[in-house]
Amino acid sequence: MPERFEGLLRELAPQVLGVLLHRYGGFEECEDAVQEALLAAAVQWPEQGVPDSPRSWLITVASRRLIDQLRSEQARRRRETVAALQDVPSEPAPDDLLTLLFLCCHPALTPASQVALTLRAVAGLTTAEVARAFLLPEATMGPRISRAKQRIKAAGATFTPPTDTERLDAVLHVLYLIFNEGYTAGSGPDLHRGDLTSEAIRLTRTVHRSLPGDGEVAGLLALMLLTDARRPARTTPDGALIPLADQDRSLWNRALIAEGTTLITDAMSTAPLGPYQLQAAIAALHVEAPHADATDWEQIRILYTILTRIAPNPMATLNHAIAIAMTEGPTAALTLLNSLDTDPRLSHHHRLHAVRAHLQELAGDPTSAHTNYLLAARLTTSLPEQHYLHQKANNLKKPKENGTTQAWP
Amino acid sequence: MRYVLSVYQGCDAGEFLAAAGRAGELVDVQVFADPALSSVVRDGGVGDGPYLRDAEQVACQYVVDCDGRERAVALAALISGGRGVEVRPLMASAGLEM
Repeated sequence: MPERFEGLLRELAPQVLGVLLHRYGGFEECEDAVQEALLAAAVQWPEQGVPDSPRSWLITVASRRLIDQLRSEQARRRRETVAALQDVPSEPAPDDLLTLLFLCCHPALTPASQVALTLRAVAGLTTAEVARAFLLPEATMGPRISRAKQRIKAAGATFTPPTDTERLDAVLHVLYLIFNEGYTAGSGPDLHRGDLTSEAIRLTRTVHRSLPGDGEVAGLLALMLLTDARRPARTTPDGALIPLADQDRSLWNRALIAEGTTLITDAMSTAPLGPYQLQAAIAALHVEAPHADATDWEQIRILYTILTRIAPNPMATLNHAIAIAMTEGPTAALTLLNSLDTDPRLSHHHRLHAVRAHLQELAGDPTSAHTNYLLAARLTTSLPEQHYLHQKANNLKKPKENGTTQAWP
Repeated sequence: MRYVLSVYQGCDAGEFLAAAGRAGELVDVQVFADPALSSVVRDGGVGDGPYLRDAEQVACQYVVDCDGRERAVALAALISGGRGVEVRPLMASAGLEM
């Protein structure tokens, strides 16, 4: 699809779906009809030009598709639909997009299905685009989306504004997953996956516009902006990872940093504290340091202490340990890590061993560090991370021993 | 997360294929021909297979993309009649800086 139409179609997709759902109900059928209208637009607009009102055009075409579909099913429903179609197209209710997100992030779905359905129904991507973004065949992604829609139907979910705040957590988590999927993508064959990052930011911006007073929504948006700001500096041209401390800070996107910092500063001074805000505040402290040595690790350590208290999770504890190493020294941090060895979520996780190796390196114990870098390299399922960990291990070898460790293919 | 499910002997994967296919988790299916048909290229020469003469031979491999190990194991449990299924993660090309 040509890029100038892509953005417009993705913007309009949830609005059109919202209008159809208001009129006809039936998420599965309406979503299919909108998808067909988007595909029709992608074919016709480049040839015939964009219609005067693209939104009305899409609503009309999607409604026709829906009617065709219903006509083949049931004549009675057809008459009702035709009557409904004579209504003047209504303006989308401002919270339609939010309602749609809640529907797509329904608890009856697995996270992978929530992500896929959100990208198609709310972000307006085609099944082929969603599949490509996840490096999956369309034959895998198609059934995943259909199954998700069937589950929503079976769960009896309807297009009504949500009332329960727990579901907002699920929505934010899905947006975070979409962002991460794009952010962790390397270069080369993964290039178009970076698109997921901008889709996640775009959707989170819209949620933030609907719920400007929600600190966690603002926090998540700030976290995304502050993380994405580092993207140009985080990998070498051939896709190898560059750790935060070694990144060329002149490549960081200053506009994103400024926007993210303002967002998180405002949110933290007005809204109740939450985990996304804390992570955004930590990200802000990292990016505001002119060089790695100027990082305010004391502030970061305090924020991680709060984070591990209000939202305990082993990854936060690992990062907390690094902050402790930078403020109190590696020995105190290694003691904290020992308490994680018994955590079944982490004992086989490569990050525990990678952090331990890093701390042992700082503590002047290269032999143990070397062993743990290699252990971490064996346990990771990420090729660029494995490459990085092998490099770290190799750097600790004496020159004459170089080349005796497992070589990177 | 992607996992490869390796089956080491003839088995009934019908239920697995239906479940993983419907859920949009099935990525790839490879059914191996008899190891007697394989060749081994080594040191510039070509010989008859199989590569592993004494070990058990892989009969089929299925690649699934699912939410995690627990789900991959649950899918593997739907394969019946063989002598066990190995569930092994595949390396991803994505990663996070440390």
